[in-house]
Amino acid sequence: MPRMGYSFPEEVLEHVFSFIQSDEDRNAISAVCRSWHDIERWSRRRVFVGNCYAISPKMVIRRFPEVRSIELKGKPHFADFNLVPEDWGGYVAPWISAMASAYPWLEEIRLKRMVITDESLELISKSFKNFKVLVLSSCEGFSTEGLAAIAANCRNLRELDLGESEVEDLSGHWLSHFPDNYTSLVSLNIACLGCEVSFSALERLVGRCPNLRTLRLNRAVPLDKLANLLCRAPQLVELGTGAYSSELRPDLFSNLSGAFSGCKELKSLSGFWDVVPGYLPAVYPICSKLTSLNLSYATIQSPELIKLVSQCQNLQRLWVLDYIEDAGLVALAASCKDLRELRVFPSDPFGPEPNVGLTEQGLVSVSEGCPKLQSVLYFCRQMSNAALITIARNRPNMTRFRLCIIEPQAPDYLTLQPLDVGFGAIVEHCKDLRRLSLSGLLTDRVFQYIGTHAKKLEMLSVAFAGESDLGLHHILSGCENLRKLEIRDCPFGDKALLANAAKLETMRSLWMSSCSVSFGACKLLGQKMPGLNVEVIDERSPPDSRPESCPIEKLYIYRTVSGPRFDMPGFVWTMAENPALRLS
Amino acid sequence: MEIGSEKEKMGFEETELRLGLPGNGGSEGEVARKRGFSETKATTMDLKLKLSSKDAGMDLNEKAKTLKKEKNLLTADTAKHHAKAQVVGWPPVRSFRKNMLAVQKGSSEESDMNKASGNIAAFVKVSMDGAPYLRKVDLKTYQSYKELSVALGKMFSSFTIGMKDFMNESKLMDVLNSSDYVPTYEDKVGDWMLVGDVPWEMFVDSCNRLRIMKGKEAIGLAPRAMGKCMRNRS
Repeated sequence: MPRMGYSFPEEVLEHVFSFIQSDEDRNAISAVCRSWHDIERWSRRRVFVGNCYAISPKMVIRRFPEVRSIELKGKPHFADFNLVPEDWGGYVAPWISAMASAYPWLEEIRLKRMVITDESLELISKSFKNFKVLVLSSCEGFSTEGLAAIAANCRNLRELDLGESEVEDLSGHWLSHFPDNYTSLVSLNIACLGCEVSFSALERLVGRCPNLRTLRLNRAVPLDKLANLLCRAPQLVELGTGAYSSELRPDLFSNLSGAFSGCKELKSLSGFWDVVPGYLPAVYPICSKLTSLNLSYATIQSPELIKLVSQCQNLQRLWVLDYIEDAGLVALAASCKDLRELRVFPSDPFGPEPNVGLTEQGLVSVSEGCPKLQSVLYFCRQMSNAALITIARNRPNMTRFRLCIIEPQAPDYLTLQPLDVGFGAIVEHCKDLRRLSLSGLLTDRVFQYIGTHAKKLEMLSVAFAGESDLGLHHILSGCENLRKLEIRDCPFGDKALLANAAKLETMRSLWMSSCSVSFGACKLLGQKMPGLNVEVIDERSPPDSRPESCPIEKLYIYRTVSGPRFDMPGFVWTMAENPALRLS
Repeated sequence: MEIGSEKEKMGFEETELRLGLPGNGGSEGEVARKRGFSETKATTMDLKLKLSSKDAGMDLNEKAKTLKKEKNLLTADTAKHHAKAQVVGWPPVRSFRKNMLAVQKGSSEESDMNKASGNIAAFVKVSMDGAPYLRKVDLKTYQSYKELSVALGKMFSSFTIGMKDFMNESKLMDVLNSSDYVPTYEDKVGDWMLVGDVPWEMFVDSCNRLRIMKGKEAIGLAPRAMGKCMRNRS
């Protein structure tokens, strides 16, 4: 029998594989035969770990010894909304220490929802001589001291992106730690920092880095400094302003306007904190080139928003507050025919009454006018089945649809019926839908529709919905490509979970909080499914201090090849299969 | 199609424990955990606060019904606020975003265009001496010290928190001298104070973080009004 692996020399195969970047394809390659598996693993440069507890650093390093880029995700998504208690986990330290010795040539680290300390940042800065990219998205646990170490030691740094992380602001001097001969910065995002960075250091840094294309400033950078910065970096492609306010001064305005006009490559704008509408026209000269506009912190009213947005004919992505109102969305639909992604955030999420004229009509208008619209995040206070059906019919190309009707369990405001049929239309028409978030009044029927039609669905978020275990059963048994499921405050209990236990091993994770899952069911699941970590989170008291039939507070189940984790806080319990594995 | 009949068609009861694995489900699943509550001092303390342990067995539908009942009894505005205040993490807006908007509304001239600007969040970290975990709370979801006290009590339910009448000196001394826990906070200038010292709104605006200390350790933080007395006693 011919041994296929030897028909080409290894070097040739390796060269061929180097053109294959996607993880899925590389995984397929490594399953062909032993020698392809070996060649592929030595040549894999990029690893993505969607759940840092699904595998241990040691196992990753053993399989892929020559990695240059790693991406890790930690806490469950609902941590963004305070549903995951502090100290739950997601510590990156063990990964950093393991990689410090194993991957001396590591270039890129991207983390999401993880806890990283100053010590780890320092270790990174000293261990990886060719370190280029650090992206910390929604992370926490570090301070500006750690950033100072990165600035001081990473001579080849290209990208430093702090995303929406929580950083302890000790001092703005960290920026001055970039050496005078450091010139390789390409992307800097410090928008989340509260403190003032040393402004002269920032100016000098921007001035000496000719390849800088992304600069996202923090609110502490005043408007009168922006023009200077832009003049030093006219090659910028992405800009996040600092505070966009000042008393109205003609000289400041004309400087700013001139500086913006000088940025011929600018395609993306964000920031606009404390915005004074009088200064908005300064960006008009570059509006027609913009593809991405993030006004989600800009408290400007609909008329100004309309003026701005109407000039952005090439806009592909818009993030905005609901101040835009239905009228503004009509204008958006008329002007921005290339729009792919729309996110409308609530300006007053906790107010009892609507404070703006934004309804379901706005979204309907955009779905009608923007043929390429495929990704939506929309907060509103009323919705109807009719509107959802219209949206579904208009946009069968929708791939991400997240609707948040602010009042839990709000029915169709016209008919007072549940919104089952509306969301049913979404999953039926949008055959490529990958992500869906539900809200409003929903019975088990909507889950029947989802299970029947949403065959490409990968992530589903459910809140205050459903009537019985049947709902959960429809999802778990019907959605073939489901990877992440997060549920809160739904009457789902043990039956559907236990009946579909095997399904859980095909998914990345399942989160259920304030549902009706009993401690007994969790134990059973943990016992029977060794490939899963079944973690019970209960801050009241140990779950075994109550009857087994009592519902637990929160449940997080994820598949793993590295067994139970050992860094859990006192309020998290793993249901282990074997008492002997329990560690005290 | 009736949901009820569908259940029967699926043979739902039969599928319940069919995991396709050998053996029975008889043996007790063991619990693995790093630290148990039995190892802390908590269990030796009285549970003075009325825990909502009755919630443990409560049906979700009943919870929803209770919420709806509350809405009917109270006036529309307060009912809605009350109901909203009870739901953690809803609507699903990131704390980062909420805080960013809050920071702006505080300083912007346009804050009065938003009628309910007082509802923007104020998240602070809460730690408790001896407890294995931190929490974060949004102070804007409470209207008074009493509400905060109840919420803290639920969060750190194994511990007793004394949030007594601080204007009554002898009661305060009782709390501070007992092994009860007392909430303290760090204000914007970095000073540690007893919670309850200032009017509620001022507290919400100036509180940076909360720390629930043992009463005895909090003696040095007594309100200024009682400062002289405290110094004499300690």
